[in-house]
Amino acid sequence: MSEAQSNSTTEKCIEIRNMNKWYGDFHVLKNINLEVCKGEKIVICGPSGSGKSTMIRCINRLEEHQQGDIIVDGTELTNDLKNIDAVRREVGMVFQHFNLFPHLTVLENCTLAPIWVRKTPKAEAEATAMEFLERVKIPEQANKYPGQLSGGQQQRVAIARSLCMRPNIMLFDEPTSALDPEMIKEVLDTMVSLAEEGITMLCVTHEMGFAKKVADRVIFMDQGEIIESNNPHDFFDNPQHDRTKLFLSQILGH
Amino acid sequence: MTEQTYAPGTYPDLPPPSDTVGPVHWLKANLFSSPVNSIVTLVAIYLLYLALPSAFNWLLIDATYVGETRKDCAPGGACMAFIGERFNLFVYGFYPAELRWRVNLAAILLVVAGAAVLWDKMPARKHIMKFAMIYPLIGAWLLSGGLFGLEYVGTHLFGGLMLTLTIGVTGIVFSLPLGILLALGRQSKLPIIKYFCIGFIEFIRGVPLITLLFVASTMLSYFLPPGTTFDLLLRVLIMVTLFASAYMAEVIRGGLQALPKGQLEAANSLGLNYSQAMRLIILPQALKISIPGIVNTFIGLYKDSTLVIVIGLLDPLGIGRASVADSAWLGLSTEVYLFVAVFFFISCFGMARYSLYLENKLNTGHKR
Repeated sequence: MSEAQSNSTTEKCIEIRNMNKWYGDFHVLKNINLEVCKGEKIVICGPSGSGKSTMIRCINRLEEHQQGDIIVDGTELTNDLKNIDAVRREVGMVFQHFNLFPHLTVLENCTLAPIWVRKTPKAEAEATAMEFLERVKIPEQANKYPGQLSGGQQQRVAIARSLCMRPNIMLFDEPTSALDPEMIKEVLDTMVSLAEEGITMLCVTHEMGFAKKVADRVIFMDQGEIIESNNPHDFFDNPQHDRTKLFLSQILGH
Repeated sequence: MTEQTYAPGTYPDLPPPSDTVGPVHWLKANLFSSPVNSIVTLVAIYLLYLALPSAFNWLLIDATYVGETRKDCAPGGACMAFIGERFNLFVYGFYPAELRWRVNLAAILLVVAGAAVLWDKMPARKHIMKFAMIYPLIGAWLLSGGLFGLEYVGTHLFGGLMLTLTIGVTGIVFSLPLGILLALGRQSKLPIIKYFCIGFIEFIRGVPLITLLFVASTMLSYFLPPGTTFDLLLRVLIMVTLFASAYMAEVIRGGLQALPKGQLEAANSLGLNYSQAMRLIILPQALKISIPGIVNTFIGLYKDSTLVIVIGLLDPLGIGRASVADSAWLGLSTEVYLFVAVFFFISCFGMARYSLYLENKLNTGHKR
């Protein structure tokens, strides 16, 4: 941890070079190049089917790429299971459908990985978990089961669960897409406060307000390609490509 | 009901309308809800009126429960004295009478070990669980002996209820872990493991158990090196276990497939390795979903143990058949088969109830 803090902010955290991926014959990701610096907040948007989720799922190898290199925190992702596990320990992920473990309580959801993967003593893991549950503002739900919580609460638990592993990088895969409007806000607020603490974030989302507020860079993807990548100000006010303009007019137009 | 108005926030909790609660409502809703339903109810009552009194007389009023010979039994009633006469045979088979304490002890220890496994509020459960882990060895040693000063009892003397329990418990204890491994193996990315598991499961499922038992009793000796002796009951136990594990594997595979893919992804993204993800996340949920199917397989296995009759081992049903042929006690097949049926029903119904209890206990309210 202390090592990470002493590093300069321009250090590269994630490097994707000439990455290609196919599902069978279908070319889903085309020559992706992306560098993410430590502490950077990146929002990825684009029409559905454009490969956004697939791209961030490649970063912790929930999806395999077939060509090119992905280097996360200095570790290159290959078929070596040791490398994959090492990367996954340092990369947290939040899913569209929360994916909490329904047979475990909220607290057990949060302590499971620290206890089994990091070998943290149980009491310490529980203390950490309570700390993070307080940060996402649901400590009182610690002993309930996920099925007893609302969608927004479940997603905040999922964020806390990831944070309990003290990851260097957080990936968000459409974290608010399965939520009711009033719950979107509570999850976004949690993510904003997380962003303010300086963790590296990659977030696939359609919440353009969130992008304007916290993103250092907004990336627009379409048909498996990164079309445009810019700071939010220029991205929204002065998009360069026609496809970006069309997309923005469609999602901001109503 | 008279219309009454309440200020907001002061509306009281009213009782439900009287025609939706109580025994009269229950009768109406369950027995006489429609004309067809009412007719079915009346016909059922009439049939019960015809059948119950005579069955009651036969089984209780006119029955003879104590007696030494066939002549002691009153005509027209059940001759349960015969069951009492043969009770030891039904329970112990041909196990030597002076060694039956070993069967009794094994049964008591089975209850202790079983309670620890099945009942999570058992006092000192942690310690007894360790005992339960080695119970199969202890039980086998107590029953067949031959080691540490216990006299050897050949498994051809096993029979009756103890034989059923031996086969049933062994099959249940070993087929579950084997079934889990086969189910996981079937999903493996390694082709050798995957196709071995598929081949095994499909072969075993495609062959009747009775065939496997014949193979166990006769053909195995052709495949094994000459001179190898291989206990007949042990062969049966292995075959029954393999047979049940193939079905178990398919039941568990159903449970595995019912889990959303996101569960494994979430486990992986947290850094859990394969065995941790399976043990902590996937299997607890998949097995929970599979409980009805697992218990179904257990019950099937338990009842299939009656098939050992074809290779000369006598379970309660086999002993019943042999008893029916006894010339001193002719014409008692109803009593004997009723007794065997009740015995199997009690065991199997117990398993079914336990499965319900377990499902309710493990329900954490995520079924929405």
